[in-house]
Amino acid sequence: MATPKVEMKHIYKSFGSKKVLEDFSLTVNKGESLVIIGGSGTGKSVTIKSILGLLKPDKGSIKVDGKEIVGMSSKELEEVNSRSGMLFQGAALFDSLNVWRNVAFGLIQGKKLKPKEAREIAIEKLKDVGLSSDVAELFPDELSGGMKKRVGLARAIAGNPELIFFDEPTTGLDPIMSDVINDLIKRCVDDLGATAITITHDMASARKIASKVAMLYQGKIIWHGDVKDIDNSGNPYVEQFISGKAEGPIQMEVRK
Amino acid sequence: MDFINLIGRVFLNFLQSMGRFAIFGAKSVYNCFTPPFYFRSIAAQMVEIGFYSLPVVALTTLFAGLVIALQSYAGFTKFSAEGAVAMVVELSVTRELAPVMAGLMVAGRIGAAMAAELGTMRVTEQIDALYTLSTNPFKYLIAPRIWGAVLMMPILVFIGDIIGIYGGYLVCVYKLGFNPSTYISNTWEYLQYMDIVSGMVKAAVFGLIIALMGCYNGYYSKGGAQGVGAAATNAVVTASILILITNYMLTELFFMK
Repeated sequence: MATPKVEMKHIYKSFGSKKVLEDFSLTVNKGESLVIIGGSGTGKSVTIKSILGLLKPDKGSIKVDGKEIVGMSSKELEEVNSRSGMLFQGAALFDSLNVWRNVAFGLIQGKKLKPKEAREIAIEKLKDVGLSSDVAELFPDELSGGMKKRVGLARAIAGNPELIFFDEPTTGLDPIMSDVINDLIKRCVDDLGATAITITHDMASARKIASKVAMLYQGKIIWHGDVKDIDNSGNPYVEQFISGKAEGPIQMEVRK
Repeated sequence: MDFINLIGRVFLNFLQSMGRFAIFGAKSVYNCFTPPFYFRSIAAQMVEIGFYSLPVVALTTLFAGLVIALQSYAGFTKFSAEGAVAMVVELSVTRELAPVMAGLMVAGRIGAAMAAELGTMRVTEQIDALYTLSTNPFKYLIAPRIWGAVLMMPILVFIGDIIGIYGGYLVCVYKLGFNPSTYISNTWEYLQYMDIVSGMVKAAVFGLIIALMGCYNGYYSKGGAQGVGAAATNAVVTASILILITNYMLTELFFMK
């Protein structure tokens, strides 16, 4: 069997006394589009940030393309990250740079392309996400939320990454724009033939982009399978989450 | 028991942040000297820190020079030693007033801005985004700010020296009726290279303090708008205190042999 794209084994991570990930293990194979679902504050973002090396787990091993990244030097990590891209929840565009410089940032800084070439690629990528070249000269604060997400997506795919992360791609968008973003994500990932890891609690989005779904609850993956099996998972936690009911095994800590 | 617990916790927190700051400082300085260098960002920071701080630094050093001339005249006239006013103005402006005044003003102007900018980038995940785009924030954001502050502070202080001494001259000649040429020759007579150089070395150290405190507080800020505000405040307060403490230590190092 081929080496999995990402392999996380027995990860522990806590912040102060709060345990976020506890004996967390997850494998993502090449070409898969994995969606991690789970409630707020269950450690979804921590998972992604650990794979990118932004957070260091307290214990455990993370392998990307079979290479251990826990304890890697920042230089080696830069090399691994040059083959991945990420769309942040709030898009995280650099507000001191205009749109095309944002999209081309990784190309100019990381891949050392000439600004002129990088600009052409940036315009091309903007077209891929349905934005015209007029947008290229605008600054992030002149864009709407949906446009920011699309620019963020263009920036994430600009370097033709093999591994893409999406952090709650549809949060804060209206249902129609959410669907547009979902379509774009699906198309971009398919075109690049990349592996994608998405975290979301939007089930419509999960059904659309996922080939595999994993559910995170109390620091562990409690269900992992094909998206087509999600409606008959036989797991009461998953059933409660996808139907969005307050009653069930998952108890929210709400004071009555 | 709770009280002892509290002391222990405060002490541990203190040690933890000292350790974190030491690592941050070492990493920042290391990244100032290793490629890639972002010359365009360094130039932008030099303009922001040097050029745009010129008015406040000029104004504060001018008034410092004016007031020190008035007060030293008030003191020396009792011993009929008015001739020493020029020396006191020259010494106090170049060795102490210009570097400290410029340091405090730039700490307020630039330290707060650095903390707020980096803090906003932190809470909106822009710093994380830099990492994912294979760019080291220490090289891209922090090193240019340190270079800008360390290179421009001495120049600001040199200009402040001239303006401060000129302030003393204005008071002595136009208000107290000194002979202009005697005042100038008195100033030249006592002026030593060491006075100017020590002030500029102090300025470079203060520049490092301002940039490090601004970047450190911004880089580790958390908790949205409130956290960014707290980071800006902390950057200015800690930088100002450190400037005053290091100023005393440097004075002792330079002049008390």
